[in-house]
Amino acid sequence: MKYLKPLGLALFITGFAIFNISFFWSSYQLTPEIVKGKISDERKATTLLQEARDLIGTDASSNFKFVAALSAALDKVNENQLSVFGFTNQELDQLAAYNKEKFSIASVDSVFKSENEQNAFKRKSFKDYGGWLDGQATSREQIQNVADNIKKYGIVNQFGFDRYAVKDLKYSLTKASATSPVKSNPALFLFLTIGLCIIGSLLYILPKLQLPAGIKNNGVFFNAMKNVQWLGILTGSWLILFYVLLYFYPEYMTNWVIMVDPVSKLLSGNEAGRFFLYGFIYTLCILVMGVRMIINYRHSKYQILRTCSVMFFQTAFAFLIPEIMIRLNQPYFDFKNIWPLDYSFFFNNRIDTLLANGGLGVFMLVWGIALIIIAVPVLVYFFGKRWYCSWVCGCGGLAETLGDPYRQLSNKKLSAWKIERWMIHSVLVFAVVMTAGVLYTYFTNSSWVFFFDSYKLREVYGAFIGAGFAGVVGTGFYPLMGNRTWCRFGCPLAAYLGIIQRFKSRFRITTNGGQCISCGNCSTYCEMGIDVRWYAQRGQNIVRSSCVGCGVCSSVCPRGVLNLEVKEEDGRFGKAILIGNNGIRLAD
Amino acid sequence: MKHIVIIGNGISGITAARNIRKRSNDNITVISGETEHFFSRTALMYIYMGHMKYENTKPYEDWFWKKNKIELVKDVVEKVNTESKQLVLRDKGNLHYDVLVIASGSKSNKFGWPGQDLKGVQGLYSFQDLQLMEENSKNIKQAVIVGGGLIGIEMAEMLLTRKIQVTFLVRENEFWSNVLPLQEANLITRHVRSHHVDLKLNTELKEIQGDANGKVKSIVTNKGEVIDCQFVGLTVGVSPNIEFLKNSGIETKRGVLVNKFLETNVKDVYALGDCVERKYELPGRRTVEQVWYTGRMMGEVVAQTICGQKTKYEPGPWFNSAKFFDIEYQTYGNVWSELKPNETEFYWEHESGTKCVHVIWDKITNQFLGLNTFGIRMRHECFDKWLREKKSIDFVMEHLAEANFDPEFFETHEGEIIRKFKKATSIISQ
Repeated sequence: MKYLKPLGLALFITGFAIFNISFFWSSYQLTPEIVKGKISDERKATTLLQEARDLIGTDASSNFKFVAALSAALDKVNENQLSVFGFTNQELDQLAAYNKEKFSIASVDSVFKSENEQNAFKRKSFKDYGGWLDGQATSREQIQNVADNIKKYGIVNQFGFDRYAVKDLKYSLTKASATSPVKSNPALFLFLTIGLCIIGSLLYILPKLQLPAGIKNNGVFFNAMKNVQWLGILTGSWLILFYVLLYFYPEYMTNWVIMVDPVSKLLSGNEAGRFFLYGFIYTLCILVMGVRMIINYRHSKYQILRTCSVMFFQTAFAFLIPEIMIRLNQPYFDFKNIWPLDYSFFFNNRIDTLLANGGLGVFMLVWGIALIIIAVPVLVYFFGKRWYCSWVCGCGGLAETLGDPYRQLSNKKLSAWKIERWMIHSVLVFAVVMTAGVLYTYFTNSSWVFFFDSYKLREVYGAFIGAGFAGVVGTGFYPLMGNRTWCRFGCPLAAYLGIIQRFKSRFRITTNGGQCISCGNCSTYCEMGIDVRWYAQRGQNIVRSSCVGCGVCSSVCPRGVLNLEVKEEDGRFGKAILIGNNGIRLAD
Repeated sequence: MKHIVIIGNGISGITAARNIRKRSNDNITVISGETEHFFSRTALMYIYMGHMKYENTKPYEDWFWKKNKIELVKDVVEKVNTESKQLVLRDKGNLHYDVLVIASGSKSNKFGWPGQDLKGVQGLYSFQDLQLMEENSKNIKQAVIVGGGLIGIEMAEMLLTRKIQVTFLVRENEFWSNVLPLQEANLITRHVRSHHVDLKLNTELKEIQGDANGKVKSIVTNKGEVIDCQFVGLTVGVSPNIEFLKNSGIETKRGVLVNKFLETNVKDVYALGDCVERKYELPGRRTVEQVWYTGRMMGEVVAQTICGQKTKYEPGPWFNSAKFFDIEYQTYGNVWSELKPNETEFYWEHESGTKCVHVIWDKITNQFLGLNTFGIRMRHECFDKWLREKKSIDFVMEHLAEANFDPEFFETHEGEIIRKFKKATSIISQ
């Protein structure tokens, strides 16, 4: 038994090391078949093959070299097409000269009159993009603007590769071009990496069952992992890097995605994408660390049930059901994800997909909206926001399991609370404005709303909030700022749930008369950075919008002072009163 | 404006300071030689065990004191001159006061054992004791703790987290049986042993032996047993820390003597908390009470008095709590280690042997007198009310479920407790 823990650690480190090595362990060879398989437009495929000819038939020894060369080839294609189809200054001068007084769209035909493909494109595109100039006094500058827009949107789209295509192709071509031990034996490598990590973790965790049940935070603040020391910083850096790769440079991590291809094929029938890999690892983290959470808090039924709940919702609702939906040719849908956490819920492509899928699609749309306007307020009223944040939510699920070792790192200062309120409510406003813009665009087909472009706005939101804040900061900062950084400072759904919890709910944390000894365990282990002791030592109910109801303050309290309760609303905002002293009226 | 000086920044002194500030604009100075800021003494063990850092044990952020115009002075009071209303500080010289509040707390008892001043022998009360314990317990294998009270059991728990083998000498037949009834004392004794503490009951310390460097190397018990150890924890109670009041004219016995208004014999000098000895009796309470809650309540009272609203110290029904390793303990009302002649009892223990409820009531009047609960949390508010209203035992048992304060989904035992209670009492009444 004594050796299980070190053995587990050794297995985990081995698996983790192989996982990291496998990132680099591949060579890449592009073939015409791969290119043609991934690019259906034959002409585009041919031009790319032309530019990427150095990659064909030769091995690139690393993902960095291969991606760099591929990236250059894609850029070169765009550059060529722009020079072939772009307007020259001379042509634009000519156009300006034709239209000194007022612009006549017919003049386009005169300037680009010879019959060839370029001119045909120029005529058509200028009429499409600049048709509104017709009959108006027009400057050279306006003509230039039209030409620039055509360059930016028209040419690259039609003859080259736009940003999205470049991102997608870099990833899919790299993945398809890989030749590596991982690719020949994905299942074996899945076992040697993630498999060993799971077995190792469990062997490390299970011996805790020998200890008596109860709160065992021994050594937390001496631990290099849990106290922002070298191991914690290293872990945080690794996580941050992982998220940056996942969201912004997925083309480098194709070897990892290849590993989970067999699992994905088994579930949905498709090849794995990067977000399948992410979802797979994410779910396993919640399951394995959920086992740890249950063992650590096995004296508390509340903690056991809550942890089982997040494990279930992640595995079934977030991971399995959406994959099965795809297998059944239905839209991908996470039935427990709620806007505005699910910020793309109202994006036109998603609404269109749902509406195109008949009864089930419509049901999903209605379900999603019902969660927002009915489930959130009603369930928060009866149970507090914990029904979502620490029982159902995926982000919360990860925070409560993988993130549990870091809960003590949240900042409890009053100043942090102030920053928190500004930040989280700003994100909520941002999410609402962005979504309003998106819906406006959906119904009017106009991308301009007042002074902003709704496409640009959703992109900014996706990059900075969706990927940057929720992902990179949200999880990457676990070992640095605690496990609920995103939930506390950024999640717009938490803000929405919190507003209801603060003003209209039966939920509160009650304090037990005069029993508090101000020891500070509750505040220390509050992942949301609530200074619980501040309330407990003055005998005041804790009614805070941010409280996710994890119940750990109650669990760690050595004197039985704190309890999560749902009761009638009266007296919820009770005065601070400490029982046990006659003749004392507390001054405010 | 008066200058109110408070000696001691523990829970008593700080509660007084905060409550005075709420009611007046007088100058307030708090002096402590222990730490610059108020911290929770009860949390010392958690710092040692790595549950918290010292920073986490401070109930108020450091800016709080300045914002509330409470001046903090880190120094030791060496003398009090009540005639000139001056304090003599060790480093910072003299300090004038208009009103003096003494909240100087306790110090650990030492009963004159041979070797009690060897290196590696210590009590645990102050922040400095904690630092000393950190140093004394570095790289050692065995420790002996003397005295079966709350600090002793904390020390045992602390040392075990550093993988130090603990031998615990307890004078009584069961752990803490001078306070707990035998049933509970027995339950805790078993629990302590389940944590691999070598608990030696009916055993007292005779001598502490040192090595050539003046460091403890073993102890000898009253039974002649020699136990090797590199650390000895003396946790045989605490006494008021009042030496600096000698010749001040302030009347002391075991502690600073105070009347119902926490006034000492000298005008404008008050005392509260651990260092106090009441001149008058309160039913069911000792005259020196070294308890967190007592200190806090006295702080609330003295603040009102100093601010012109003269208030008697009248604590409500007794309550207390503690945690013994993994078992939480709460008590409401009075449950003595032995029944008084007018009392009768009902004791329920869960089959796991880690939870129990013990109720005491008056044989004749049936009035509910007190309850001990282990492993089940109960509401202070309910018992406070029932005790004040002198409810009958039957009423209390009938409403026991209302008093449950365990988290949601926890197994409840009230049904079983009440059933067994009814069975037990019906036998008695037959």
